[in-house]
Amino acid sequence: MEGQNVEELLAKAERDEAEKLQRITVHKELELEFDLGNLLALDRNPPTGLRHAGPTQEAELRALARDNTQLLINQLWQLPTERVEEALVARLPEPTTRLPREKPVPRPRPLTRWQQFARLKGIRPKKKTNLVWDEVSGQWRRRWGYQRARDDTKEWLIEVPGSADPMEDQFAKRIQAKKERVAKNELNRLRNLARAHKIQLPSATGMHPTGHQSKEELGRAMQVARVSTASVGRFQERLPKEKAPRGSGKKRKFQPLFGDFAAEKKSQLEMLRVMNSKKPQMDVTRATNKQMREEDQEEAAKRRKMSQKGKRKGGRQGPGGKRKGGPPSQGGKRKGGLGGKMNSAPPGLGGRRKGGQHHGGKRRK
Amino acid sequence: MDALDRVVKPKTKRAKRFLEKREPKLSENIKNAMLIKGGNANLTVTQVLRDVYALKKPYGVLYKKKNITRPFEDQTSLEFFSKKSDCSLFMFGSHNKKRPNNLVIGRMYDFHVLDMIELGIEKFVSLKDIKNSKCPEGTKPMLIFAGDDFDVTEDYRRLKSLLIDFFRGPTVSNIRLAGLDYVLHFTALNGKIYFRSYKLLLKKSGCRTPRIELEEMGPSLDLVLRRTHLASDDLYKLSMKMPKALKPKKKKNISHDTFGTTYGRIHMQKQDLSKLQTRKMKGLKKRPAERITEDQEKSKRVKKN
Repeated sequence: MEGQNVEELLAKAERDEAEKLQRITVHKELELEFDLGNLLALDRNPPTGLRHAGPTQEAELRALARDNTQLLINQLWQLPTERVEEALVARLPEPTTRLPREKPVPRPRPLTRWQQFARLKGIRPKKKTNLVWDEVSGQWRRRWGYQRARDDTKEWLIEVPGSADPMEDQFAKRIQAKKERVAKNELNRLRNLARAHKIQLPSATGMHPTGHQSKEELGRAMQVARVSTASVGRFQERLPKEKAPRGSGKKRKFQPLFGDFAAEKKSQLEMLRVMNSKKPQMDVTRATNKQMREEDQEEAAKRRKMSQKGKRKGGRQGPGGKRKGGPPSQGGKRKGGLGGKMNSAPPGLGGRRKGGQHHGGKRRK
Repeated sequence: MDALDRVVKPKTKRAKRFLEKREPKLSENIKNAMLIKGGNANLTVTQVLRDVYALKKPYGVLYKKKNITRPFEDQTSLEFFSKKSDCSLFMFGSHNKKRPNNLVIGRMYDFHVLDMIELGIEKFVSLKDIKNSKCPEGTKPMLIFAGDDFDVTEDYRRLKSLLIDFFRGPTVSNIRLAGLDYVLHFTALNGKIYFRSYKLLLKKSGCRTPRIELEEMGPSLDLVLRRTHLASDDLYKLSMKMPKALKPKKKKNISHDTFGTTYGRIHMQKQDLSKLQTRKMKGLKKRPAERITEDQEKSKRVKKN
């Protein structure tokens, strides 16, 4: 008896639920796809009821729209809600439909020269106060700009310093210095911009006719001028005693596609032989040069350490003896080697310095 | 050129803010739409543009004067307008004998035309012809696309994406449930696209979710697909590129299988197996005498080698 009652109660509860939900349930063959972030619903069911155009079409369209909207609203009402100022607010998920952007992704800008330097040294921007106390006017004034605290331009008296020419106009000198600073700042800003956009700067090597240029600069300027014609310097005759420019032309030279077949065959067989051989090919001269260079560097480092500790030590004789051996081959290699090393040193040193600075920073705190 | 990197620096804070608003960003602004009349726009087309402007306010500009251009031939003037008004969506209306009541809807990427689709208006009922209350401007509409035609051809797929882009409004994280006002319903049927907009009425139902009743509110258009000018696949891919920072972060060492079970991976350090705690078998324990003889044997073997 009781069992029957329970069953009946359950069945009744189910029927009640179904009735309640009847008003909001919609039957569809294919489930809709929802993108709640965009309040979007996609219905893939073919709209068969609307095949025949006619007066009832509007009503049928509206019925279809009502059904689809009901399903979308059902989904929206299932989202987590919260109460914000007496209004029920649902939290929408991220939109899933991928749509094209309107502008390209911004690419990261390279650091300016100052930013690189500050990063290297570990300089951080100091927080400055907005207003500064101005003695002259006896009030708080802004640090820079209109009616600033220590305004150089408003001075009516400038003392002529002892070393300067008494006839010189100190006021004009100040104005000139300011103009030069502004111009230098603008130049640096434009150079940073050009570096950021990787634009080729109009070459500044030979192009500053200051009146005291070196021979190389003049030569370079002349070369650039020769190439700056419409036909890129092809029909420019050289002066009677002018020498041909060195270093111009193709930087890499490739063999022609088909030329000397015998030579090509020989070089390829040689390459195969080298690849097959188990022993590594060693270029004796390069190896000895490298070894000598390393020894030199070690001695230079040792010398630096000893000179730091005590200058009276006679450690100079050791490296001197080594230096005598093989200068001609060494000299050429050392230049290139040192040149190569110099390029790599600053970032490495900078890295080490950076690490040092960080420790320093921590300790300071 | 990036805005803040301009050769001519902005002199006021307001100018700087203006340029900052227009520069490319990681998460972008809402797309603005510009609605342009062609040289020979008639009343229908003008009214359509006005209605769409009402739907898209305040994220749209309606140009009052007629502009004599042909979008499908020459896109430079459209690109110029888009650059000047910072609009990446556009709608261009015109009318001639060959293409009556023509509407070109399109979008831009980097101020160059990405997609353009030409639609013909067959039937149009305007906002003012339907006399009932309208919803306030700036509300986010609900969008519904019905019909399997929208997935069949590439043209229709792009059209769907374009319409979503055009009408979707600002992207919000929360929405007031009572404030859901209107729905735009697109049906693709027999080669035609029926665009209807309805106002939402929430009625009581037995449970928490309300029952929906719709009331026709706004512009209703019957559209026919005419010409298309779609972007090439690689340009489209380029425009869809998402910056790395916005990609959803993947949680490492968690995987799911098809049955819904979640698996996790734990990485252990190297264990010294000799110190491993195993079951102790008292019977196998070595007696002290045995251990000594074993050591002696080991040392003998080592000496021999």
